[in-house]
Amino acid sequence: MSDVEAAVTRAHRDEWARLVAALTRRFGDLDIAEEAAAEAFATAVERWPGDGVPPNPGAWLTTTAQRKAIDRIRRENKRDDKHEEARVGYDAGPPEPSGAIDDDRLRLTFTCCHPALAVPARVALTLRMVGGLTVPEIARAFLVKETALEQRITRAKAKIKAARIPYRMPSAEDLPARVSAVLVVLYLVFNEGYLATGPGADPVRRDLTAEAIRLTRLIHGLLPGDGEVTGLLALMLLIEARRPARVSAGELVALDEQDRGAWDAELVAEGHRLVRERLATGVAPGRYQILAAINAVHTSARDVRDTDWSQILALYDQLVRVDPSPIVVLNRAVAVAELDGPEVALAAVDRLEEQLDGYHAYHVTRADLLRRLGRGEQARAAYDKAIELAGNTAETAYLKRRRDQLG
Amino acid sequence: MQYLVSVIDDKSSPGRTDRQPAISEFNDRLIAEGYWVFAGGLADTGSATVVDNRGEQVVLTDGPFVESKEYLAGVWVWDVPDLDVALRLAGEASKVCDRKIEVRPFR
Repeated sequence: MSDVEAAVTRAHRDEWARLVAALTRRFGDLDIAEEAAAEAFATAVERWPGDGVPPNPGAWLTTTAQRKAIDRIRRENKRDDKHEEARVGYDAGPPEPSGAIDDDRLRLTFTCCHPALAVPARVALTLRMVGGLTVPEIARAFLVKETALEQRITRAKAKIKAARIPYRMPSAEDLPARVSAVLVVLYLVFNEGYLATGPGADPVRRDLTAEAIRLTRLIHGLLPGDGEVTGLLALMLLIEARRPARVSAGELVALDEQDRGAWDAELVAEGHRLVRERLATGVAPGRYQILAAINAVHTSARDVRDTDWSQILALYDQLVRVDPSPIVVLNRAVAVAELDGPEVALAAVDRLEEQLDGYHAYHVTRADLLRRLGRGEQARAAYDKAIELAGNTAETAYLKRRRDQLG
Repeated sequence: MQYLVSVIDDKSSPGRTDRQPAISEFNDRLIAEGYWVFAGGLADTGSATVVDNRGEQVVLTDGPFVESKEYLAGVWVWDVPDLDVALRLAGEASKVCDRKIEVRPFR
């Protein structure tokens, strides 16, 4: 990559969200903001090789994008009335005091992740407007057609405008619910990268996990006191740290078989630091903080045999109280198997059949417990069911090997 | 910004019928806070008549334009600054009416 290309890439990474957010504030229209930002970068790609990289790329991009936006508004003069109307809504008074910093990028994120939008629309809009991913990139990541994704974004923008979803910081009263609406989006993007589905997809979509971490870091930087944001960042880092050891020759490697020396020590250290930081506050942790703590216990063991399972079980008990979903109960059973044996765990897992029969991880857990109990026939049937339901190529390969080893 | 706020009832599991005092109290609050434009409860869907005069002559049909399990039981029109305010009030309205609420902006 040439120096100029590197400068454009860096500017895109550092400046895109700020640019779109500032343009949205100024022009009161997500469409104009998105288009003007994209045009400014296209102009940079054209001009910087000849003119040189400007001393302050952010300021150059802002000026260029504002000019593009004004040009468009002039071109579409007849639509001015509508823009005027939208602007009034977007500048609806000062933000209500909520204790959070009033940052344009946060406003933009809260708008894109508004709970009145369907989750797939929030994901697409956030990756486009805040993350700066292109429509083809997002479409590829979620295995949907570009036209369908474009439509999803267009519809979401139209709803924001027509229903007047405000471009401002949520009130203190709304903030926790609005932050969790943002975290749902970020975690979903991360998980799609971490366990990518689809027959043609890479088993791990590094681009998606990296983007989710980058956006979560951004939100963490803007809301440093929010425990759940910190928890989600720690959780992502501790999962990402294990990536180098998680897939080998196209096959998923289970946690107990991973080469722990291959884990990214820096990410582990950062994740642990964030978990300790939350523990030190003494504030009761939410779901993401508890999940991060569980992952911190796993990543503290240099050898799988050193895993502190009673600590993990205690954390799962805490998690069940916050989130009593069958999936949490299923994961808790894995810790139960280590402490009380696979028989006790299997009894707990079997009680979830009705709720989780269509979920591949239920059958994966059952298969493993049945295998350890020496019930080969039943284990094989459970592996078959898990393979049928699993969407990730590396996981399917792993499950097939495990099944075929049953003898 | 005005929103049509629809109260949706369900024939198979209707909301409680003792809500009127709470609704009146809520209306008083909407008026005091300057959000109230209009409110009205609707008679049973069986009392509706559909009028179609797009053809040669007017055709009257007995009943609502669409028969469904869920139906419109009443409406409000609110004038509020933005959707966040509308949604917060709609949350309260749903509790007060013991029914689902749809919030839809006017153009």
